[in-house]
Amino acid sequence: MSSPTLTERPTRSTLFDGLSRYIPIGATVALLAAMYLGGIANYPNFDNPQLIPDLFIGNAGLLIVAVGMTFVILSGGIDLSVGSVMAFSTMACAWLTVEAGLPASIVVPAVLVFGVLSGAFTGAIIHYFNVQPFIATLAGLFLYRGLTLQISDHDMSIRDIDFFSWGMQRIEFGDPRDGGFSLPYISFIAFGVVILAFIVLHYTRFGRSVYAVGGSEQSALLMGLPVARTKVGVYAISGFCAALGGVVAAFYTKSANPLAGVGLELDAIAAVVVGGTLLTGGAGFVLGTVAGVMVMGMLTTIIAFQGNLSSWWARIVVGVLLLAFILLQRVLARSGEKRKG
Amino acid sequence: MSDEPIVQMTGITKDFTGVRALDGVDFTLRPGEIHAIMGENGAGKSTLIKVLTGVHSPDAGRILLDGEPVRFNSPGHAQAGGIATVYQEVNLTENLSVAENLFAGREPRLGPFINFRAMRRRAKALLSDIGVDLNVAAPLSSYSIATQQLVAIARAVDIDAKVLILDEPTSSLDREEVAVLLRVMRSLADSGCAMVFISHFLDQVYEICDRMTVLRNGTLVGEWATADLPENELIGHMLGREVETLDALDRRRPHDRPAQSTPLVSAAGLGRKGAVAPFDLDIHEGEVIGLAGLLGSGRTETARLIAGADRHDTGTIAFDGRRIGGHSPRTAAARGIGFCPENRKTEGLVGDLTVAENMILAMQASRGWARAIPPARRSELVAEFIDKLDIRPANPDLPVRHLSGGNQQKVLLARWMLIEPRLLILDEPTRGIDVGAKADIQRLVAELSDAGMAVLFISAELDEVTRLSDRIAVLRDRELIDILHEESDMTTDRIVDTIVTRGSAE
Repeated sequence: MSSPTLTERPTRSTLFDGLSRYIPIGATVALLAAMYLGGIANYPNFDNPQLIPDLFIGNAGLLIVAVGMTFVILSGGIDLSVGSVMAFSTMACAWLTVEAGLPASIVVPAVLVFGVLSGAFTGAIIHYFNVQPFIATLAGLFLYRGLTLQISDHDMSIRDIDFFSWGMQRIEFGDPRDGGFSLPYISFIAFGVVILAFIVLHYTRFGRSVYAVGGSEQSALLMGLPVARTKVGVYAISGFCAALGGVVAAFYTKSANPLAGVGLELDAIAAVVVGGTLLTGGAGFVLGTVAGVMVMGMLTTIIAFQGNLSSWWARIVVGVLLLAFILLQRVLARSGEKRKG
Repeated sequence: MSDEPIVQMTGITKDFTGVRALDGVDFTLRPGEIHAIMGENGAGKSTLIKVLTGVHSPDAGRILLDGEPVRFNSPGHAQAGGIATVYQEVNLTENLSVAENLFAGREPRLGPFINFRAMRRRAKALLSDIGVDLNVAAPLSSYSIATQQLVAIARAVDIDAKVLILDEPTSSLDREEVAVLLRVMRSLADSGCAMVFISHFLDQVYEICDRMTVLRNGTLVGEWATADLPENELIGHMLGREVETLDALDRRRPHDRPAQSTPLVSAAGLGRKGAVAPFDLDIHEGEVIGLAGLLGSGRTETARLIAGADRHDTGTIAFDGRRIGGHSPRTAAARGIGFCPENRKTEGLVGDLTVAENMILAMQASRGWARAIPPARRSELVAEFIDKLDIRPANPDLPVRHLSGGNQQKVLLARWMLIEPRLLILDEPTRGIDVGAKADIQRLVAELSDAGMAVLFISAELDEVTRLSDRIAVLRDRELIDILHEESDMTTDRIVDTIVTRGSAE
């Protein structure tokens, strides 16, 4: 059939589009590099090869939780319950092993399953009863914090449980005196979660539906995508990540503090946003979240090196960064609209 | 062409919170035919489609698909059954690539992983089948709405749909794109796919459809072969009134405007970079100014500058001869400029508020929040306008989103009429609404201007513009190229001439 072919080139060049998608994460990486170089220039010992790996030790739990949060935010939701779920999981690990005397090999998987179920339950409430994610997960924030304090209102040590000494055992990469560094197992757990999340988000149907739902839930529904499964799924993943974060915290501190992770949900959200994920959903990368967590860790490190600054400065800077990144996203979105005409 | 129907709907009834949207409607679709569902807004076309595609479940009646009774609970379910739909508003996700939108939910995979290379290859092939050539890896948002629509159709086509439903697919397409779409539809029909086509463009319906089913007020009027039903009879069936009402919509008598009155609004060198080149335009009381031009010629942008919805970066705008400084929708409203934007859903109406609440929004805003409108006065006003504009259903307490497009448009009009503006700007007030509502709105514009209101009227349908306007501002490529004012110039041909000759002269 000799018929007219309609050809349209994108109104924005693909090059620009490719680039504009990477501007926020590019800014984050540039910021990281600037902070690192600034640190080396100003402080002796900042070039210690262990410095970067250390970011992934203290922040392993936060990284895992932030990865789960990335799924939720990409789908257009928010999960405020993660800090409490994490503390509850740590406390559950401690109480079940120490007080109830159950073997850790049963307790840890049980806690992870609990995280999945609790997240799926929240997701189901959000989807089927059309409750705003903010409210539904706020309920989780109070519920699990309360339950945690109900189990114990003071620190509970798990130093005596052999199983929990595994997490902080280190693998060495080269000789520490010779430019080498070491990482504990919990960091590898975090890396594994990141890699898995990356693959799921970019290369599976579920991952692409997360983006589609975040782009437009209504459209995703009319395109016949499994919206219910996707929404319940992202909260289940977030719940799992929070519980895993709790287990990692148990490895890291070898104790359960009922007030651990207060405000951690906000740190996780900040890391995700600084990592370039759009708070309205539909755009972002899990690797950006890694960069976001590193920025936050680096800030704390620099303040520690400076020595005479209060640690609250980290919060102040995070606040400013968040504002800057949200504005950057708006500016980019607007220039995109303008180019489209 | 077999005569065994592929879809047979009988006695479909559907109620929405006390409103009967469909009452015992029958509908039959045969393989390989293109079947139009015709009717006014609110006749039940959309509801019928949504029942068929599983968005709504019917309160009574049954659906046979290939002779088997079916009951779909979701669009996904209907899709799996071979019924695909392309809606008026593009329902794809702009943040994903073209290829991903085409294959979302059914991506080619290698094991559990999406095979992006195969997906892009198949997307390219699929689009070239329907005569569209795009960069499939680019995000959908980088293409025009028209192209997105074609992508939505390509997606529907590829789902091996036995039944393809096109709900107002052409309302945002230009002529060339419509031609591509109609060609695609014809070739699909020839390959045995049954299609339901809903459109307000009668010429398209007559060009492409084999058969039509006419609905009115939620009931079935009848089914005809296109060849057996001349256009005026069809309109008669749709409206249920005498055909003369349409003929009576003659060109309205032009105004004898006093030659040297101060213009109500006077724009001098008004412009905005990237939106519309600087232009001069005076609008007098009681005058209807038409803005004519192709899609994207800057009609809406011009209206938005005058309404203060966008900030101008060159020129000045004066009201009653006095210059206005910071021009914004608020100052515009205070000076008596009412603006009905093009996109009534996102820029005009609040879907969850009731008809009455939507109507009084602007009036309340102009009084300030502290001085509530007394309830008695309010219901009196609302009742008056529901009656005057013939808004159906005539229920002031119904959430506005339950109303059909034409009736939503009337609610929006009522909102601005309530504050008795001196200049009313109507951006595509008749787009996507039926003939009856169109006639109502045109009549209303004529009445308002007779009463002394100035109206700036934008429409893609040139005969509507020529019928109503005292003067017509013609736009091309974001530039106001001419203002037609002679009585003899008020013809569609003259406008087209102006656009073509002025364009090629440059």
